[in-house]
Amino acid sequence: MAADAPGATRGSYRRSPAARFALWARRLGWRHVVMIVVAAFAIFPVLFVVSAALNPLGTLSSAQLWPTGASLANAQDLFRNTPFTTWYANSLFFAVSNAAVTVLLSALAAYAFSRMRFRGRRVGLVGLLVIQMFPQFLAIVAIYLMFSNIGEIWPVVGFDTRWGLLLVYLGGALSINTWLMKGFFDTVPKELDESAQMDGATHAQVFFRIMLPLVTPVLAIVGLLVFISTINEFLMASVFLRDTDAKTLGLGLYQLVESQRNANFGMFSVGAIMLSLPTLAVFWFLQRYITEGLTSGAVKG
Amino acid sequence: MASKNHDSAGAPTTGAPARPPLPGGRFAGGGSLGGQILKIALLSLFTAVGVYAALPLYVAGNWLGIAVVAAVVALVYWIYLSKRTVPAKYLLPGVLFLIAFQILPVLYTMSTSVTNLSDGHRGGKEQAIAAIEAYSVSRPEGGAEYTLTVATTGSPETGDLVFLLTDGEGNTYAGDSEGMTELSGATVDPGSGKVTEAFGYTLLTPAEVNARSGDLEDFAVPTGDGTGIRASGLSAAFEGTATRVYDEECDCITDSATGEVYHADEERGAFYNDEGQRLAQGWQVGVGFDNFARFLFNPTFAGSFFSILVWNVVFATAVTFLVFAVGLAVALTLHVPKLRGKTAYRLLVVLPYAMSSLAMYLLWRDMFNTDFGLFNQLLGTEVDWLGDPWTARAAVILANVWLGYPYMFLVATGALQAIPRELGQAAQLDGAGPWQAFRHVTLPMLMVAMTPILISTFAFNFNNFNAVWLITKGGPFSPDDPTAGATDLLITYTYRMAFSEATAQYGYAAALSVMIFLVVSVMSVVSLWRSKTLKEVD
Repeated sequence: MAADAPGATRGSYRRSPAARFALWARRLGWRHVVMIVVAAFAIFPVLFVVSAALNPLGTLSSAQLWPTGASLANAQDLFRNTPFTTWYANSLFFAVSNAAVTVLLSALAAYAFSRMRFRGRRVGLVGLLVIQMFPQFLAIVAIYLMFSNIGEIWPVVGFDTRWGLLLVYLGGALSINTWLMKGFFDTVPKELDESAQMDGATHAQVFFRIMLPLVTPVLAIVGLLVFISTINEFLMASVFLRDTDAKTLGLGLYQLVESQRNANFGMFSVGAIMLSLPTLAVFWFLQRYITEGLTSGAVKG
Repeated sequence: MASKNHDSAGAPTTGAPARPPLPGGRFAGGGSLGGQILKIALLSLFTAVGVYAALPLYVAGNWLGIAVVAAVVALVYWIYLSKRTVPAKYLLPGVLFLIAFQILPVLYTMSTSVTNLSDGHRGGKEQAIAAIEAYSVSRPEGGAEYTLTVATTGSPETGDLVFLLTDGEGNTYAGDSEGMTELSGATVDPGSGKVTEAFGYTLLTPAEVNARSGDLEDFAVPTGDGTGIRASGLSAAFEGTATRVYDEECDCITDSATGEVYHADEERGAFYNDEGQRLAQGWQVGVGFDNFARFLFNPTFAGSFFSILVWNVVFATAVTFLVFAVGLAVALTLHVPKLRGKTAYRLLVVLPYAMSSLAMYLLWRDMFNTDFGLFNQLLGTEVDWLGDPWTARAAVILANVWLGYPYMFLVATGALQAIPRELGQAAQLDGAGPWQAFRHVTLPMLMVAMTPILISTFAFNFNNFNAVWLITKGGPFSPDDPTAGATDLLITYTYRMAFSEATAQYGYAAALSVMIFLVVSVMSVVSLWRSKTLKEVD
């Protein structure tokens, strides 16, 4: 063994180009092949939707994987023939307000669970976990029946209104996300808020001035996850929003291809890209938090 | 840690210790002036909302509702003004929403699941009788006639129908399924007699009326004992007498035209004649566990229920396994110190995750389209991908793998980076091959981090409504069982039963929801037990 070793080392300096290529292929080359295949699988639907959005004919049958022409005709049609801006505004309203309020409610609860000791704390934490087994949308029949009555008494939160659906979404504000936040709050040293209390800060001041700035990453990741899941929510929105003008962009796109699958595909593609833009944007701005947040156990809805 | 003494915390204490173990008692009292003002402002705002919510309840005479509103407002005041309730101050907002829109609906689902609530079994018995009598109205000689304008309360597509009626003298009335009231302040077109504007009602265009002709056919305005108003065409209505009349003595309905007698069946909530034929309008009654029994024991329904359940489990398992396998494979491929273009690969590979999943499901559906879809176009085939049970199942799984693997890739990358590379290298020095080193050293450590994620991915996909509904709507449906499709998940089956069929069957749908609860709970308890999450709660 000892006698072989120097020879082997020297040999590695004198490899022929073919051997070097073989070594490269064995170490790194196959990785490029795998990644090119996976990347092709990942991007071909995206490429197709972009190409269909630019396709001047605007039909599904004429859409190609690679763009054959570029025109904004589909986008113009979408703006002219459908209440696109209303739909888009509705989608963004639900996604932004649900994300913002959920982050606030969840952070408040996580602060209490992380920093205070009170009767019922353990029960509350386990209870939150147990409720996760009953996803809200499973109770959609009951929610529908409830809101049939609620809408008669308070039309402002009935069907086809923004506030009604937002209330329902907020029912899911305390969830596994609260656990995620509580775990993150626990990592902030207690000495920080204790010293602030020594200086006379109230619990509210500790929460808003000291805790919140320190846990920004987890607030960002929870906000991102709620934003994404709300903008893609279909089930409850389809039950609540029947009126064309009350629909979210997702529901509107569904209706668009449901009625005229072939002819409306160009408009649908533009809408699909528009619906993905906010998600892409949040992803881009929050990318440094994503891996960290995801590994702590959050699930995209 | 503080958790040791938390049992006593929160209990009322007599005699103040040096550091009172009140919840949050270690915090200073009072606060800044701005904070106090904000608190007062928020409480006033909340009171205003409470009063606003109570007013319609007062008008409707719903005293129970007012009591609930008052109790919630009182609770909020107590919690935010007391110094002893610091944790509750932080928990209350979220908990209120949780109770109102998650816990109550779950309980309501359970109570609905033991009733026959459905179209045709909605209200009480009196409403059913009124509807039956009004519906049987036939046109007598010389009965009152009205000019009809069809309207709704709310949106044209879904609002409750209302008849706006103009009689010969030009008086206007509004009639709904409860009865007829005088309508003041409506604008009437002098020529046709039609109402052109009425406050609080949405007037329907002829096209919108046509779209609801089914509802219109079943609609009648009860106007008193055995009389009612029905539409005749789109712009006329007549008042007539009912041919079917309820008699309290025998608790039955007699059809004077045919002589048939329909007796009330309190167990099934409808009127049946001797041949077992029923009248369409029934009422809501409790049916015990009949709804559940139907899915478990009735041969046809149990057949579809169990085949859906099996596919549901297979679907969730297959998607979870495949996204994990692909995601991990990609993560391992990129897990080398130096690889040219690594960042570019990462960005491209994560792209599906950053797209809107709702839109992408619809996109996949269209790519699988037989006549115009991309796959048939590229392959030059004419396969009806979504029309055959097995290709449809494969298509649904494929679309979900596309959407789901980037998430697993991100998670697996994070987990791999946390495992010291030396461990694998040490194993290889000890004579293990790369595969063995991965299989026996890296993978077990990886699974520790990945197991909770895999469980939650499984639970998420088990009820992944969008994944199936947006691609196949549960189909394809076989001719011998048109209610259950080949790709149906339990949740899509439930949804179709309640919201997407001609007659909505809320009772059955609620029973199905409860059964999904049970299935998911059993699986979650088992998995949580095994991962010991519950034991580590601190």
